Parts: sequence; structure tokens; C-alpha cells
Amino acid sequence: MASDIDRYELIWIYLCAAVLAGLFGVLLYSAFGLGIHVETDVGQIHPTQVATTAPFDQPGLRQVGPDEYEAVIVARAWVFDPPEIRIPAGSTVTFKLTSLDVIHGFKVPRTGINRMIIPGQISVVTHRFDEPGTYPYICHEYCGSGHHIMNGGIVVEPR
Amino acid sequence: MRWLIYLSFAMLAVGGLYGALQGLDKMGVDLYRYLPDPLYRYYLGLTVHGVTLGWLFTTYFIIAFLNLATVHGLRRPLQSRRLAAATFVLAVGGGILALVPTFTNESSVLWTFYAPLQAHPAFYTGLTLVVVATWTAGLNTYLTWRGWKKEHPGERTPLMAFASLTTWAMWALASAGVAAAMLFQLIPWSAGLIPQVNPLLTRSLFWFTGHPVVYFWLLPAYVSWYTMLPAQVGGRLFSESLARLVFLSFIPLAVPTGFHHMFPDPGVTHSVKLLHAVLTFAVVFPSLVTAFTVVASIEVGARRRGGKGLFRWLLALPWLRDPSVSGQLLGMLLFATGGITGLINASYGMNLVIHNTLWVPGHLHTQVAGAVALTWMAASFWLVPLLTGRALWKPKLAVWQVWLWFFGMAVMARGMHWMGLAGVPRRVHLTYAPYAVFDEWRMAGWLVGSGSLLMLVSGALFFLIIGMTVWASKEPARVEVPEAKPLHPVDRMPRVLDRLTPWVAVTLVLIAIAWLPSLYRIATTHPYVSGWRLW
Repeated sequence: MASDIDRYELIWIYLCAAVLAGLFGVLLYSAFGLGIHVETDVGQIHPTQVATTAPFDQPGLRQVGPDEYEAVIVARAWVFDPPEIRIPAGSTVTFKLTSLDVIHGFKVPRTGINRMIIPGQISVVTHRFDEPGTYPYICHEYCGSGHHIMNGGIVVEPR
Repeated sequence: MRWLIYLSFAMLAVGGLYGALQGLDKMGVDLYRYLPDPLYRYYLGLTVHGVTLGWLFTTYFIIAFLNLATVHGLRRPLQSRRLAAATFVLAVGGGILALVPTFTNESSVLWTFYAPLQAHPAFYTGLTLVVVATWTAGLNTYLTWRGWKKEHPGERTPLMAFASLTTWAMWALASAGVAAAMLFQLIPWSAGLIPQVNPLLTRSLFWFTGHPVVYFWLLPAYVSWYTMLPAQVGGRLFSESLARLVFLSFIPLAVPTGFHHMFPDPGVTHSVKLLHAVLTFAVVFPSLVTAFTVVASIEVGARRRGGKGLFRWLLALPWLRDPSVSGQLLGMLLFATGGITGLINASYGMNLVIHNTLWVPGHLHTQVAGAVALTWMAASFWLVPLLTGRALWKPKLAVWQVWLWFFGMAVMARGMHWMGLAGVPRRVHLTYAPYAVFDEWRMAGWLVGSGSLLMLVSGALFFLIIGMTVWASKEPARVEVPEAKPLHPVDRMPRVLDRLTPWVAVTLVLIAIAWLPSLYRIATTHPYVSGWRLW
């Protein structure tokens, strides 16, 4: 140990190490204990093949089970296709996203939905909508001069 | 070197002006439209803001300031005058080359230049030359250190010079990512030599460098806080060993963390993102040590000035008398808030709430426009008099200036964080966004706009003070480089705290584990796509 490290300083260092260990614990618990995960490697699709490859050849909303839907959304400058989906309250929606041109984003304020849309890549995110109302989806990555007008909406209708 | 500092401030002025317009945009006031063509374009302005402030203001100041710390620390001139001249030419030439196609609206790709948005080749080439300038500057520091060691065998490197050297070592490793993206993908692609790029690869390589670049901006401020500021308040450096440990630990911890900027990205696996999250948290350690050691060093000074009590000693510091000291202390306060928001950003799951919202630039601004810029402004209150031999013009006004910047920054950051939590995306021309209808956004937007106006006034005062010091101050300056002495004599110190090689070796191993498998997989198996110009 170096001679110029003060006793208080050493105590502080041990405290810091303990705090850090605690933070690591919380981080790993949130990932493995609570199962909160961010996006992973879901799959690739070349932008030139989007129009001819299922499910992206037919963008839109499909019911896949009771209260369960799949929303296939294709992003391009500066629109989402489709621009709007309508679902009944209590529905669980799995969004499948890709881009035809540059990097876009997909953010629904006040939900945990937050994904990058990268040309060549597929992004997937699932969310249950309990409260009726209109939820905008907003492009949150710069994609050219019309970036700020690029948005769509989820209309959650009361049962 | 003096010119690099002036040019750095010129970049601050250009970028800052656009910054104020962007702040006002968040409260629905569009002043952009009164600018002539093509400058009225929002995203052109945003690119200018990012390139001038993120790449040029910072790099120019860092090169000059670390040169000074090396030369003063080792008490000898830079090893190669020719290399220093080359650095200057590369840095300034590269900056001009990047800015010209930006101002002509040929490169509105923002400072992160995510492909497949395709800018003018000169834009990428210019920024690459600026990075090369940092390498030549770092090399010159290294050669100077080697020359010093030959004449002082067995002696410990003075801290000020050693801190500069570690900063350059960290940056040399970190800048490899963006340099690879530029040389092998973006430059040949924009010049038409290769048809397609891999957008996920260039984005990953950007963040390989894009996270540590923040430490490249921060460490020169640390050089000031650790090795200069204690002397400015009459204190001593509390512990030189820990100061060295902090600087050195940034070498291994800065680089293998970049994927935490890409948590919501497809194409990168969970496990590697989690690894980067854990490693990012490890950076908390040097930050917390800094919180103790720097504050303790200042406390030593405050008590020597007659400060008493458990906390009352804080009042003995020259908050209202010495602009150079108060500016740095206020910068530290902003830095502490940004440390906490930074932890939230890096927190894997929590990141999904704030990723790519205005929260993120809110965090970035407390760190770079707050802690770093305020510290550099404050340091220039002794640096410019030292370089010109003219005393600082109206130091009282300078105190006002730093406090105004601090309050402006605090108000603006409060608004930006708030808007981000409410879901406002970053990088949008919000005045014209059809979805900007929430009342909550409007209130927070007023904070952003008014905060940025306070910073505009403060910035104008800063340029007035520096300009008048350079051109009108008649009084000769009585300043020297402040250099903090250690509080305790350092007779025993592990040799590893005076060497770079072991730290660089550990870093290379960490990079190999945390980056190479993902980068290789992305480069070899993920799609390459054509470029777009959408502005």
C-alpha cells in the first residue's frame, strides 16, 4: 500500500467498493431475477428484400390469439407503414420492425417501448395496453430533414 | 498553442449560438427561419453544433492544455517542434475540411454521422485528420516523457505530466474504433470506392470511441481539479497515489463499455450488452474516489484559509471572489448530477425509459457543457493571462459569468431531463413536430429555452472578458501555472502507478473480450446497405 493514502480515504474506498457491489447485484437481479431484458439479436433482413419477405411484405396488424396481436411496421423516410393501428384495451401487441432506408427509432412515450430500427436488422418488442387512449409512436433517431414529422399512433379502444 | 485555444473558443462561439437556437426551439420559438439559406436548416445547425463543440472545441483545447501540463510538469519543451506544427496543421486543416461541407448542407448527418446517411467525403476525411492530430499530439507527449526519463533515471514522473500521458494512452486505444470506421468504411464509401456499408458495424465502431471520447473531454478537467485547483485554493493534493490510480483506471475502464449506448439496438446480443453495463458501472469507482480526494484536497485549502466546522469550511472557499476557482467548483457540482443520471443511462433495463429522449443530451450537457466547459472557461481565467502576459479583465464580471453559466445549465438540464422522461425524442425540430401536444412538454420546454438563453448571455460575457483581456487589458499579469503539492510525502508507491504498459495490456485483453467477437460477427454476417442523402 502506498504511504500517502489516508485512513478516511481507505474507509471511503471500501464503502465505494461495497456500493459498487450492490449496484452490480441490482443490475444482475433486474436482468435475471426480474427478466427485464433489452433488445437482442433477433434476425436480419436486407432492405431490398423487405417488400418480398414475410411478414414484412404485408405491414399491418394481425390477430394471433385471444387478446394477442402482431403489428408488422416498416419504417422509411419519414413514415411508418401502417401509420395507425387500433386494438381493444387489454391487448398484448408484439411489434416487428425494420427499415427500408436509414436508421430510425420507435418510441412510445409512457411505456417501456423503445427500439432502434436499423436497415438490415429486425427489432421486436412486446407490450400490453391496458388503458384506453391514443399512444403515439415516434421516430427518435435522426433520419433526415423530415425526422420530426415521422410518427404514428396506437389507438387503444375501450372494451 | 495559444492559437489552438483561441480557435477552440471560436468553435465554442459558433456551436453555442446554434445551441441557443435549439434551446428556444424546445419552447416552440423558431429563430432558425430568419437565417439565410442554407443556414436556416435545423439539422444543418444541429450538425454544426455537434461538430464544432463535440469534436473541435474539445480537441483543440485538450491538445493545448495537455501540452501545457506536460511541458510544465516535466519542466522541458516538447520533444519535437515539427511534430507540434504538424499537429496544429492537421487539427485546423481537418476542422476546416469537415466544416465546409457542413455549412454548405452537404453533410447534415449530425456529429455521430450514423450510416447509411451519407455525407460528403471531405466531412469524414476532415474529422479523421482531427483524430490524426490527436495521435501526433499524444506521440509528442510520449516522446517528451521518454526524453525526460533518460535524463531522470529512476525518478517518478511528475503527476501533471503523468496525468496527461495517461489521457493520451486512453485516447489512443479508444480512437481506434472511429478511425477504423472512417478508413475502411465511411471514407471509401462516400468517395464511391465501395458501394455499401454495414450500418450496425459503423455504429458499433462509433460507440467504441463515442463513449470514451467523453472521458477524453473529462480527463483534462480532472488534470485541473487534481493537479492545479488545490493549489489555487491554497490546499494540497490529498493523495497522489489515488490520483494516479484514478487516471490510470480510465485506460482499461473507458473502452469496453460502448454498447451501453446501443441497448435498444437489434443485432447485438443480450449477454454482451450486460457485460458492457457491468463494466460501465465499474467507472463509478474512479468517480467516487475523485469525489473524495478532490474535495478533501480543497478542504485542506479551505481550512488553511480559516474554514471551520464539519461543512462550514465550504464557505471559506472563494465562491464569489476567484472566478477561476468558483467556475471549477460549480463545474464539479454539475458533474455530480451528471454522474447519477449517467448511472441511470447505463442501467440496462432503465435505459429503455430514456434512450434517445432529450434526457440523454440533458445528461451530456451537464457533463460536457457543464463540468468540462465550465472548468475550461475557469482555467482560461489564469491560462489566457499567462499566455498573453495581460491581467484578467474585470474578474468580478467573470464571477458573474461562471455563476450565470451554472444556473443556465442547471435550468436547461432540468428541462431536458424532464422532457426526456415525458417521452420527448432527442434531435427533433420540435416546434414543427405534429406530436408535440402534451402540456407537460410545454412547461419543461420553457425551462430548456430560458436556460439556454442564460447560457447565451453568459457565453457572450465570457467572450467579452477574454477579448478585452487579450486586446485591452493594460495591467501586466502576475500568474503562474498552479501546481498542487501532495499533502503527505510519497515515499512508498507501487511502481505500477508510474507505468503505462500493464494498464494498456489489461485494456487490450478487455477489448478483445468485450468487443472483438461482436464486431467480427457483425462485420461478417450482417447486411451491407446503400447510402442515402435525406436532407
